[in-house]
Amino acid sequence: MIEFVRSVRLWFAPERVRDDGDTPDYRFSLANERTFLAWLRTALALIGGGFAVDQFLPDLRWAWRAGLALALLAAGALCSLRAVSHWVRCERAMRRGQDLPVSRFPALLSVVVALVAVAMVVVVLAGWAG
Amino acid sequence: MSGPSEPPGDGGGGAAAAGRDPGLQPERTRLAWRRTTLSCTVAAILAARAALHGGTDTLGVLGAALCFLAWLGFLAVAHRRIRDLALHEAGPPAMTRRAAVVAVACSVALAAFAALVV
Repeated sequence: MIEFVRSVRLWFAPERVRDDGDTPDYRFSLANERTFLAWLRTALALIGGGFAVDQFLPDLRWAWRAGLALALLAAGALCSLRAVSHWVRCERAMRRGQDLPVSRFPALLSVVVALVAVAMVVVVLAGWAG
Repeated sequence: MSGPSEPPGDGGGGAAAAGRDPGLQPERTRLAWRRTTLSCTVAAILAARAALHGGTDTLGVLGAALCFLAWLGFLAVAHRRIRDLALHEAGPPAMTRRAAVVAVACSVALAAFAALVV
């Protein structure tokens, strides 16, 4: 947790990171940037999915609709915050010549998306049955 | 990384940038920014639609305007970054931390707004 707070402070203090280690090959920095953008797209898609569940499933009971939408939106917000945090950590690791950080976030996100998908299937089947 | 004709990367500082083949890296990064802008546009349109769902009262218009603002913020960051990448093909500067934070702030703002609407 303290490590996380420290890295959040680093987001807003670019000059402090520039003192750290050497500037890496810019191709690696660009690849890191593209990974960041891919995560951001994932986050935006999740947020868009949250809006879509809220608006395009009006027949759904309120609890289901709000629950699914909020799960997608929370995943999207987490995903975008994690995108910038991971980008900063990778950039710092490259500057210091250390191993890139490993993370269990992709696995967790996959599980959440799978759970939401199963919930959607249940909702659709229940809609047909009812 | 981007082809067999590429010289081996030396992993060194930016001073050697001129002798390095940038390949299609800057262009790929520009296209990634464009794709992401497109995703942001879709999310912002859905957000504005949700805001105006209950009719065009003051609150709805205000919400739609805020979504538009978040979208504009993202557009500005993306435009600056795409321009920087195009200007410095031979050795593009790294993305600034502020650009990353602003881009993320826009998407988080959309999510927070969505949570309020739901």
